Formats: sequence, C-alpha cells, structure tokens
Amino acid sequence: MTTTTTTTTRPPAPSIAQSTWLVAEREITVRLRSKAFLISTGILLLLVLASIVIGGFAAQNAASEKTPVAVVGTAGDAIPSGAALDITEASSVDEASELVRDGTVDAAIVPDSSTPLGVGIIADTSAPSGLIGQLSISPPVTLLDENATNPLITYFVALGFGLVFFMSAMTFGSVIAQNVVEEKQTRVVEILMSAIPVHALMAGKVLGNSILAFGQIAVIAALSIIGLTITGQTDLLSGLGTPIIWFVAFFAIGFVLLAALFAATGSMVSRMEDIGSTTTPVTMMIMLPYFAVIFFNENPTVMAIMSYVPFSAPVGMPVRLFLGTAAWWEPILSLVILALTTVACIWVGSRIYQNSLLKMGARVKWGEALKS
Amino acid sequence: MLEIRNVSKRYGTAQVLTDVNFDVIPGRMTGFVGGNGAGKTTTMRIILGVLASDGGTITLGGTKLTPEDRRRFGYMPEERGLYPKMKVEEQLIYLARLHGLSSAAAKKNAGALLEQLGLTERSSSTVESLSLGNQQRAQIAAALVHDPEVLILDEPFSGLDPLAVDVVVSVLKDRAVSGAPVLFSSHQLDIVERLCDDLVIIANGSIRANGSRESLRAAHSTLRYELISSGDAGWLRAVPGVSVVDFDGGYALFDVDTEATAQAVLRDAIGRGDVATFSPQHPSLAQIFKEVIR
Repeated sequence: MTTTTTTTTRPPAPSIAQSTWLVAEREITVRLRSKAFLISTGILLLLVLASIVIGGFAAQNAASEKTPVAVVGTAGDAIPSGAALDITEASSVDEASELVRDGTVDAAIVPDSSTPLGVGIIADTSAPSGLIGQLSISPPVTLLDENATNPLITYFVALGFGLVFFMSAMTFGSVIAQNVVEEKQTRVVEILMSAIPVHALMAGKVLGNSILAFGQIAVIAALSIIGLTITGQTDLLSGLGTPIIWFVAFFAIGFVLLAALFAATGSMVSRMEDIGSTTTPVTMMIMLPYFAVIFFNENPTVMAIMSYVPFSAPVGMPVRLFLGTAAWWEPILSLVILALTTVACIWVGSRIYQNSLLKMGARVKWGEALKS
Repeated sequence: MLEIRNVSKRYGTAQVLTDVNFDVIPGRMTGFVGGNGAGKTTTMRIILGVLASDGGTITLGGTKLTPEDRRRFGYMPEERGLYPKMKVEEQLIYLARLHGLSSAAAKKNAGALLEQLGLTERSSSTVESLSLGNQQRAQIAAALVHDPEVLILDEPFSGLDPLAVDVVVSVLKDRAVSGAPVLFSSHQLDIVERLCDDLVIIANGSIRANGSRESLRAAHSTLRYELISSGDAGWLRAVPGVSVVDFDGGYALFDVDTEATAQAVLRDAIGRGDVATFSPQHPSLAQIFKEVIR
C-alpha cells in the first residue's frame, strides 16, 4: 500500500494575503464586467456632472442678468452706479410707457417730484422686485458672522454628501450581501471553504468591493473638483475642497465597516428573497444618517453628534468642516473612532460569517450566529 | 491512507455522528453508502475541514490533517456549487488558483480536464447555460482541477446519464490508479457495487459495516445456491439440510446448512440429469445494505 508522499512536488499553498487578493480580484473583475454596474456608475457620474454644470450656469446667469428699463430725462440720476440695469433712453413719459407696454423693457423710470426719491416706476402688470430693491435706500447692515454660509448652499452640500454616501453604500453593500448568498445558495462556498480559510474569503470580499466603492467615490470627488474648477465656481470649491478630501477618507474606512456587516448579515440567510430580513438593520444605519443630515443640517448639536457616531461620521464630519464649525483635530478624532469601530465590526462580522455559512434553510438566529 | 478515527458531531441535541471510524486506502475507490440523514455529508464536510467535529481525529499518512493538507484535497459538495454566471474555464482556473496553483498551471489543468470530460466546446459558456449533465461534469472538473491527492466526492453520479457516468467513472478510476484515495458517496447502490473496491455503510451516524467489497459479501453470504437442471428439481425439498427459497421446474434457489450438503446436492443433481448451472449466490449490495442498517 502506498502512502501519498508527493508533497515535495507541490507548489507552496498561497498565503492568506494571496488568497484574500484572489477573492478580491474575482469580485472586482466580475463587477467590472457587469453591465448593470457600469450603467449605474455612468448614470451616477452623469448626475454629478450635470448638477455641477447646471449649478455653474445658474450662478453665471444670476450674475449677468440685467433688468431692461427705460429712463426718462433726469430720472437716470436716481439710479445708483453699478446697478444691474440695461438702460434705454426715452424722450418722454408717453414713449417710455409705450416701450413698457410692447415689452421692450420691463419697466420705466420716470421723474416724479411728488416722492422723496424724485422718480416713479411705470410697469406693465407688476413692478420687478429687483428693480425696486436697486432704487431703494436700505439701512446699513452689519453682519456679526461674515463667514456664515447661505443655508440653501448648506442644504445642498449636506444633501450631496448624504446622497453620494447613501447611494454607494447601498449599491455596493447589497451587492456584497447578494454575492454571499449566491455562494451559499449554490454551495460553491463549500469548495471555497475547503480551499481557503473563511476569514480570507470574507476579507477578500470586503476588500474587493471596498476598492470598487472607493474607486467610484474617488472618481466622483475628482469629477466634482474638476467640474467646479472648469465652471468657475471657485468660491464654492475653496470651501468644499477639504471636506471632499475628508469625505473620501471617511468613506474609505466607513465602507469597510458596512461591507463587513453586509457580508455577515448576508451569510445568515440561504435564499435571495430572505436577504432583507437580516440586512435591514445595516440598511437602517445607512438611511438614518442620510435623513438626519437632510433634516438637521442646520442644527449644530445634532450635526456635532452625527460627526462622531461611526455610521454617520462620513457625512456629518465633512458637512461640519464645510460649515467651519469643526476644529482641526475633530475629523482626526472622529476618524480614529470610526477605525476602531470598524475593527470591532470586522471581528463580530467574521464570527457571524463563520458560524452561518454552512447553515442552510431557515434564517440563522442571531444568538446562534454570534456564539463563539 | 486517510484514517477517520472516533469522529463525533452533535447539532444541538441531535447526535449526528457517533464514533465514526474507517479508512480510505490509496489506489482504491471507497464507496460511502447510507440513507438520507445518515451522516454522509456531515462526515465528508468534517474530513474537508469545512465543518469542525466535536471529537476524534482525521489523519493522512499518520499525521493529523492541517488546512495546508486539505488544500490538496478535491471536494465535490452534494448540492452542486459553482458560480452560475461565471464562465466554466475561468471558474476552474480561479478554483485551481485558490488551491495554490500558478496561473499557468491552472490554465493548463483546466484545459486538459475540459478536454477529458468533453466540455472543451463549452469552456467559455457560463455555468448556468449548461445542461444539467454538463454542469455535473463541470463540477467534477472543479474537484479535480488542482490535481488533488485525495478525492472526497458527495454523490458524484446523481443526475448523470449512463454515458456521463462512464466518463466520470473512468476519470475517477484514473485518479485512484495513480494512487489517490477516493471516497465517494452514492444512493445508487448498483453503481457503487460496480465501482467500489471498499465499502463503508453508515446509518444513524454510526458505521455499520466497513471493509473490502469481497469481504463484506463473504461475511453476509448465507450459503445460498442456484441450480438449473434439465429435470424437475422438486426432489430438493426432501434433502435434509436444504431449504428451498424459490422453485420453478428445473430451477431452484435454496439455502444449505453446510458446504458438504451443497456438494452432495450437486452430485445428486448430476446423477438425475444435465446440470446447466450450479452456483453459490452472493448477496447484492442492496441486500447487504438492508441487512446491516436494520
């Protein structure tokens, strides 16, 4: 009887790192070949580009738009210099009225000695409010906080960070959960488990999808910065540049956390239809910060809390940085908290994953999944 | 030699394996037979290290199995498992590389196996687009692509047509002949009977019988003989020590108390007329199986 002693001719088994990378590589190539992935990424990039370009045009229009007016005689003296008006000289009040009526101008400014200003406005149905504002004398305003940001812009910046995080985390997260269930459902996982350690399998999945998600976010960030530069929105860019870079850093770690949780919760079910039953808590952790940032972006206390809670920090901290309400050390501290939480989640996640992979049929119970 | 010693496993309160002991000898095909839920798949998963046992050891060539050793095992899980949307050849290369082969070696092995199993034309089809029989062949290729030194196959023949069974059998025999221990489970007792050199029968989580096919047969043979003669065989009923099981004209199936009674019956039969057949009857695997699991 012979014994198997051919071990010397075998190549050395791949290390954990090599196994992990092989798995990650497969995740990446499969995803990059998927039409659904390419199309959805394309749409996401187009949306980002479109919102920047449209924002750019809107800003330019707002700056260059002048109200066409007719001016009669000495009434022009009442117009402050630098007013955004396109002036047409008219010889008489009647001629000016005619120009208003046929739509050549929006309004006419005529001498009127009965008012303190010395001028009156003739308009068709209603006077352009912009024009009245320009002719009015306003009391001097002193702003105590000159750097305060326009609340509307704050809203859109918060929405932008929130939406990008939400979309990427949801799409890549659910892809991870689906891949795990697919491997379980088709039992390919048994072959994989006999070839490589379970933690290498999970690490490869998390790594591969994190690289893809991170790549997508980096492209979006680069596209935003380039887009803002090209469309000349440098004011916005100078405020947004740092937050965007922090956002990418937070996303890179925050996504690994979510990926580990999605892999773990996905492994608890055996059929695609059941995914929702275990991944919902993770989905909630992505959705809650998204809604919170929309509703509470002007509430400094909520935002301060959000910027430290690991699940909302990737959105909360960049928004606070944009608003200038975070000290220089705050993102670093928050990032450390996020990183520690991520390590803990990977540890718990790999335990759930290991305990659940071979359990077919009904959903694995939490107690069973978590036991050591 | 792959040795399974005192392996036990319990799921909650259910004891699924109790002191499982058997050997898988290199160069021989070992059939692993048992009813549904008898513990075949659990045993195989434990051998592969996919599942942890509660007690007992598994050794290969006298040393305890390590994950490193198990990478050189080929495994085919019971319910078929490959990535449905991945191309056959790509998938085989991926699995070979996970088992530690270089990219070039993986490619070479995958190509050769596809050729051997008659799947070359389908090498760039996705697994889900293959017919069931071809998926099965791809599955076998997946178990063999890294040149495993030990083969553990859970129901490798289920879902195969007779031609495919022959192809798979020849591939597996090749591996056994080249010195690999091969353990396979099956519900199809006739295939096991035809194929296996050794046999392990499991029921309710414990091994009921275990040994070479011949020794099992000998152990369960019941001194039963078949006689086909030209005359009427009714006279057999009157012979002391003979009990007739079946009888029809010149045909008789009967049990004897000793070997000597059988020889006496043969001499008597020749004296009464021409004897076409006189042969000892071996129990079929199905009969042995029914007997030992009882």
